[in-house]
Amino acid sequence: MADREAGTPSGQDNWLRPRAVRLLWVVFAIALALTIVPDFFIEHYDKFGVDGTFGFAAWFGFASCVGLVAVAFLLGRLLKRRDTYYDD
Amino acid sequence: MTTDAWIASVPPGLFLILAGIALLGLRGQVRNAVVVAAPALLLVWMWVLPEGIGRSFEWFGLELAPVRIDELGRLFGTVFAIAGVGGGLFAVKQERTAELASALIYAGAAIGVVFAGDLITVFVFWEVMAVASTLVVLAGGRGARKAAQRYIVIHLFGGVLLMAGIAGHIGTTGSTAFTLIEGDSPARWLILAGFLLNAAAWPISSWLPDAYPRASWSGMVFLSAFTTKTAVYVLIRSFAGEDILIWLGLIMVFYGIIYAILANDMRRMLAYSIVNQIGYMLVGVGIGTEIALNGAATHAFAHIIYKALLLMSAGAVLYQTGRSKFSELGGLARTMPITAMAAIVGALSITAFPFTSGFIGKSLIAEGASSENLEAVWFLITAASAGAVLYAAKFLWFVFFRRGDAVHAADPPAPMLVAMVAFAAGCLILGVFPQLLDGTLPFAVSYDPYTTPKIVFQFQLLLFAVLAFFLLLRWIRPDETVTLDTDWLWRRAIPRLRAWLESDARRRVWRGVERGVERFRIGLVSLTGPGAVLARSLPTGAMAFWATILLAAYLIFYYL
Repeated sequence: MADREAGTPSGQDNWLRPRAVRLLWVVFAIALALTIVPDFFIEHYDKFGVDGTFGFAAWFGFASCVGLVAVAFLLGRLLKRRDTYYDD
Repeated sequence: MTTDAWIASVPPGLFLILAGIALLGLRGQVRNAVVVAAPALLLVWMWVLPEGIGRSFEWFGLELAPVRIDELGRLFGTVFAIAGVGGGLFAVKQERTAELASALIYAGAAIGVVFAGDLITVFVFWEVMAVASTLVVLAGGRGARKAAQRYIVIHLFGGVLLMAGIAGHIGTTGSTAFTLIEGDSPARWLILAGFLLNAAAWPISSWLPDAYPRASWSGMVFLSAFTTKTAVYVLIRSFAGEDILIWLGLIMVFYGIIYAILANDMRRMLAYSIVNQIGYMLVGVGIGTEIALNGAATHAFAHIIYKALLLMSAGAVLYQTGRSKFSELGGLARTMPITAMAAIVGALSITAFPFTSGFIGKSLIAEGASSENLEAVWFLITAASAGAVLYAAKFLWFVFFRRGDAVHAADPPAPMLVAMVAFAAGCLILGVFPQLLDGTLPFAVSYDPYTTPKIVFQFQLLLFAVLAFFLLLRWIRPDETVTLDTDWLWRRAIPRLRAWLESDARRRVWRGVERGVERFRIGLVSLTGPGAVLARSLPTGAMAFWATILLAAYLIFYYL
């Protein structure tokens, strides 16, 4: 979760030091795995077929976010202006 | 007539409107006590009133029923009153009494709409709401003036559409009753357009992210609660099952997410997130089955609480730091821990995290889509549920958690903290005990959102969306920009067109027009001037002329 360009770290505000970040990633990875594990045991409600497949919500949620960020990024290239644009 | 009957036919909202007017004469602690107590008293009052339609009377031949108490009205009335109490408590440090007075009137008008039994009463309170909310925006200070102007113009235009629609509807059906409006008349479409304008439906939606973030730190909490949710309420009443709402709702869902991802002002981002969430409710209303309508109503209720909570946390940051741009914030979780906790609960709720209030409504709406076999709708709202994580995480990360050295601010004063803690508790209580709303939902449908597969599904969806957020962080990083929205049309394109018409170019256009007029005049003179065909004393020339015209016209009509 490194925010590489967020300015220089100051002495009192360095809770996101590399070790802590690494630990957070490990904990998060375990949490992600834990959400997938139950799919071995439970049967998902599969109204439309694909929504009952293994880990559907995981990959579908991830893919949706990638798609949305891509669209937002491209739209931003087109429509972003300096925030003094309207000047009122 | 007994006293009971008389008092039961006075719109409950009127009480808050009067309290708001009275507030202008109050100062200090008395003022603060009234701001919090008035909506609290009204909350009790609306539950004491018996269900049913109060006394109706005739006015210029129109049947008016200003009070109707039923489940749906009480559900919205209750949450509006709660928003009034919480917003009022949060706002006690607000120095501008005019803002609080307007906010009470605004809340009163919204409650007036939800307990109205006829369309005329709806319209009257609708307009009071437009004016009062404009005053709340205006209280944001100098920077808010132009935005408030644009806001009132758009809302008065919406009022005109609504009035025209209501007039047409009463004219054709002869009924003023505020119930399901069916058929395919122009009047119905006008009413729908008037309602949708207040729901911030795309493409007119941009009034909301334009005006709301200009309000003060406390003002936007009120603004987020009433206008759009009153619109959702009237749509549930009058347009349940209208297919167009599904597609409009889906557009709003995605438009809201994408613009929220792009926004740099945290409160503008939250404004776009309102549009995103209203989109879900519109989808629910459009599906129109009992479960979907319950979903829309539940989600509206939950949304008012968690959006108020998010805006309180953003308002607290603005109040303490004077900043609201992501690019200027960061790291506040250390010094504003309670505000950060409030923001986390609000963010979890808005992403429909299990055991928070947002989960219930979204599940019901998704279930509504699924049970009607609306496959595309189901996949799209599921994708959007993941997408909401992107902006919720963005809010938390860039305000509270990323490394930030620029600002150090403490948690805000006690009343603001109490309001935030109470609303955060509300989000969790509603999420854990959804049956609390059972008695007030419009339909009795049994649905259990907390089955193991549903919870696992939601955890997968949300946690992998969080993963996507952190992996894509560099593409989301805010910068000092605004993203052009449809308000560009009336803020830039139209003024520019006008400026162009008033410039040299316009003169050129006018010269062309004048030349054309001059030629036409010369042509007329050649026909009617001295010695011309029509001016001759002998009619033979004129006869030949008119005969030619008539023959030509005959030919034309023959071929048509």
